[in-house]
Amino acid sequence: MLDLLSGFVVQLRNAGLPVSLTENLDAMEAVKHIPVEDREAFKYALAATLVKNEQHWKAFETVFEVYFSLRGPEYNVFDEDGEIDEDSLEEWMSQQMQGMGGQGSAEDMSPEEIAEMLFRALMNADEAMMAAMARAAVTQFAGMEPGRPVGGTYYLYRTLRNLDLDGMLDRLMEEAQERSQDDMTPLQERLEREEYENRIEDLKREIEAEIRRRLVADRGVEAMAKTLRKPLPEDVDFMHASREEMVSIRKAIQPLTRKLAARLARKRKHKRRGPLDFRATVRQSLSYGGVPAEPRFRNPRPNKPELVVVADISGSVAAFARFTLHLVYALQNQFSKVRSFVFIDGIDEVTHLFQNEEDITNAVHRVNTEADVVWVDGHSDYGHAFGVFWEKYGSEINSKSTVMFLGDARNNYHSTNAWVVKETAKKARSVFWLNPEPKSYWDTGDSVITEYATHADGVFECRNLRQLEGFVDHLA
Amino acid sequence: MGDTMFGDLASTRDGLRDVGYLADDGIASVVYLAEKLGKPVLVEGPAGTGKTELAKAVAGMTDARLIRLQCYEGLDEAKALYEWNYKKQLLRIQADRGSDANNEEWVDIQDDIFNDEFLLTRPLLEAITAEEKVVLLIDEVDRVEVETEALLLEILSEYQVSIPELGTIEATQIPLVFLTSNNTRELSEALKRRCLFLHIDYPQLEREKEIVLRKVEGISDNLAEQIARIVRSIRQIELKKSPSVSETLDWARTLVLLGVESIDVELAKESLHILLKYQSDIEKTAKELTVEA
Repeated sequence: MLDLLSGFVVQLRNAGLPVSLTENLDAMEAVKHIPVEDREAFKYALAATLVKNEQHWKAFETVFEVYFSLRGPEYNVFDEDGEIDEDSLEEWMSQQMQGMGGQGSAEDMSPEEIAEMLFRALMNADEAMMAAMARAAVTQFAGMEPGRPVGGTYYLYRTLRNLDLDGMLDRLMEEAQERSQDDMTPLQERLEREEYENRIEDLKREIEAEIRRRLVADRGVEAMAKTLRKPLPEDVDFMHASREEMVSIRKAIQPLTRKLAARLARKRKHKRRGPLDFRATVRQSLSYGGVPAEPRFRNPRPNKPELVVVADISGSVAAFARFTLHLVYALQNQFSKVRSFVFIDGIDEVTHLFQNEEDITNAVHRVNTEADVVWVDGHSDYGHAFGVFWEKYGSEINSKSTVMFLGDARNNYHSTNAWVVKETAKKARSVFWLNPEPKSYWDTGDSVITEYATHADGVFECRNLRQLEGFVDHLA
Repeated sequence: MGDTMFGDLASTRDGLRDVGYLADDGIASVVYLAEKLGKPVLVEGPAGTGKTELAKAVAGMTDARLIRLQCYEGLDEAKALYEWNYKKQLLRIQADRGSDANNEEWVDIQDDIFNDEFLLTRPLLEAITAEEKVVLLIDEVDRVEVETEALLLEILSEYQVSIPELGTIEATQIPLVFLTSNNTRELSEALKRRCLFLHIDYPQLEREKEIVLRKVEGISDNLAEQIARIVRSIRQIELKKSPSVSETLDWARTLVLLGVESIDVELAKESLHILLKYQSDIEKTAKELTVEA
């Protein structure tokens, strides 16, 4: 049991979760109190002791499912001492292999039968049936072969394509329509649809788990844990994020802004002391019998910078600009004023889009659709954009402004107009450049980051949320 | 605290249910472990999902006294741990002077004024010195500064408080400790390491329905189902503030008072302001609900 747990902790650490030694010990202590056959409780016990951040839960769950997928009561691989019984494990694995070859119990079911059974299971929310059908579907459709080096997503895709779940949803809705005596109101319809969507989601998860179990049986725990490893949301690279990862970043950004705002407000309060507060000092002295033992100070006037954001929103770095704008505007009240400009080869001010819009996501969306940023061909031209920026808005930059340039400085070999950054730096309080590319790519190809960077007060690599958070913290 | 309090997992969950708290698997396991391991529980999650309620329920279930420390910015030792009663100490010294003061040595007075009699216990000290069973709730721990968090560390890991003038006071019995956090800032590693971690999210459909059925009197099964479904639907929309369980309950109560048997779009839209607290959220949701799915 001990080895089993330490192996699990190693896998967690590999997945990027910080697990300390004490937490490891706690986990070992905790599982003693949990009956081994209660898989859910076992999982929660481990989670409570090992995972101390809600956003890491998903990563934990994946590792758990992979690591303990073959080690559960339903497979009978624990013998008396809690050791893994090699023989029964092997036996179970060979059974699984046979299942993959199509010799399982579901062999004589036609695709139509599976679809029909599945339809009824979904209609009646019959969980046992759904699980059985998920197994049958994987056997039938995934076409899994031992040792074949393809990822689980491939099998998942094959299975789902054959099941045609969208069509299934329509059928379910029709059936529901028929069952209800009167016509359904739009609201009822919406709720029904969501209920079925939910059940279908459950089914997808079940299928995914089934595929994972079989893959683990085929390839072993270590290899699977490795292929399934996904970066935590705060470590996902902006420039190469998949759609799913984008969603997870967007979700993570909301709590992040709250945290940052609270932290900045606090920092500002404690950083510097204001002038002596006479009244409060006298009041405090009363608890020392009139001796002013503890002087009190006023809170200092907050020193809020004026922020000017100049962002490249061409394809390659658009996601990065979006998240940064989102973050900056969510923190609006930490700055006395925020102005934002976006460019590709032309430049446009987008401050007004954020002004009367309560929903930042909406505003960011409008930036992408409404801003007039194309001058000639819609390929990044920093030189021209900066030139226009200086001409139109340069005079408005003053000693209170902090200017942030966002972009990878990939200029398509146009002229750089680096003097704009230089002049801006002269007038502004500070100038920062954020680059979403990894540092090793800087100045390769058409990247001219150094030409701009020499004039800026700081250049930061901002590839993921963690780095962005670090920068914003530094800014205020 | 004997094993009688928490027999096993199932009885923990049943016990919580008996006092009116519907725990899911995760919650029940963590509460059970907290008692078995003698470790504090850090409860995190969106506002209004029953974090504080959990501590109250555990106190109710074990017949323990609930001692609550509400955290806020600027909380210090004097408010959380203990404080010397200056005024009483001053009086004591002056009373001495009035009588045959010269005979008494300063050392005696010093011993005298730094003892239990002049100590004002604050929630944390009170929790560990209490004779009876105690559940300590440290509410919204994320509101204190990082430096103040350190105050809690000694009591959370060793269940003791060190007072320079008196020495170390150890707990007579290990209290069950719950810390809640709304996650407005990252808590320090040191604190997290000492705690079991429990994240309470919005409940699943079935559990929410059950909560509504239990907490709202005179509600029909049908209505509770509809409420839970609509709330789930609203939570899927991207909002500033999703409706919490307590808001669901408020809504359910309102609907019962209005004598509603089934909810239609108009009614839902009119009463949205009970579920949602931002005008922009209300407008967005109203629009979403009218558009046919």
